[in-house]
Amino acid sequence: MPIDATLVGRAFPPTAPREVTAEAVAAFSAAVGGGSGAVPPTFPIVVTFAALQDFLAAVGVELSRIVHGDQRFRYARPVEIGDELTATLTVTSVRSIGGNDIISTSSEIVDASGAVVCTATATIVHRGGAS
Amino acid sequence: MSGLTAGAVLGPVTYDVTRADLVAYAHASGDHNPIHQDEEIALAVGLPGVIAHGMYTLALVGRAIGEWTGDAEVVELGAKFVAPVVVPAEGAAQITVEGTVGETSQDGLVALTLLITVGGTKVLGAPKATIRA
Repeated sequence: MPIDATLVGRAFPPTAPREVTAEAVAAFSAAVGGGSGAVPPTFPIVVTFAALQDFLAAVGVELSRIVHGDQRFRYARPVEIGDELTATLTVTSVRSIGGNDIISTSSEIVDASGAVVCTATATIVHRGGAS
Repeated sequence: MSGLTAGAVLGPVTYDVTRADLVAYAHASGDHNPIHQDEEIALAVGLPGVIAHGMYTLALVGRAIGEWTGDAEVVELGAKFVAPVVVPAEGAAQITVEGTVGETSQDGLVALTLLITVGGTKVLGAPKATIRA
């Protein structure tokens, strides 16, 4: 099922606010073998991934058909324990190459005051084929 | 941040990634895509086997930067996922991260040049990491 190109420019509803707890940071760090106590720079993927899942559900795409093409973060400030983060995802482009859909997104991650913490851009590949 | 002289070599460091790590990461990140856990599903969608989350590899880059710089503030981090990191059922995949320190800009930012490989093959393309000096 190809992805609808009219999605470009559409912003999806913000994700539910997610508190950055010490426990969540410790679990994330432990999974990648880090242990300094600092919030890992890729931690905001937790909220951008939630935004991505909402998007995939909205367009009816199965997660197992998705692979990650690229991911970039630009941080306005470091994420801190106690932050309450919300991501709003916008589709910036949809292209179809060789039966795969290449979907580019930009997610703005804000704190409880609405200030931008981080902007995350991602390209995901929807692998077409015999579905 | 002291010790970040332009041209200084960072690493290499090599990290093991096991399937158990991917399960732990799936829980911690919320990314339960079965291609990172289930061999049958990974093969069914045309992948060479269970692959690490691209974000797992990028998280290891963040870990390496933290270890090299004493957790300097990262202002930009990103990469393309150009080759899958296949994680075997037994044992581990080994991801190597190395880099070089760039010049410090007028606004106090330092770009790191990075190379991320598995068995000599680049797995991240156009990696970009900028830290505050």
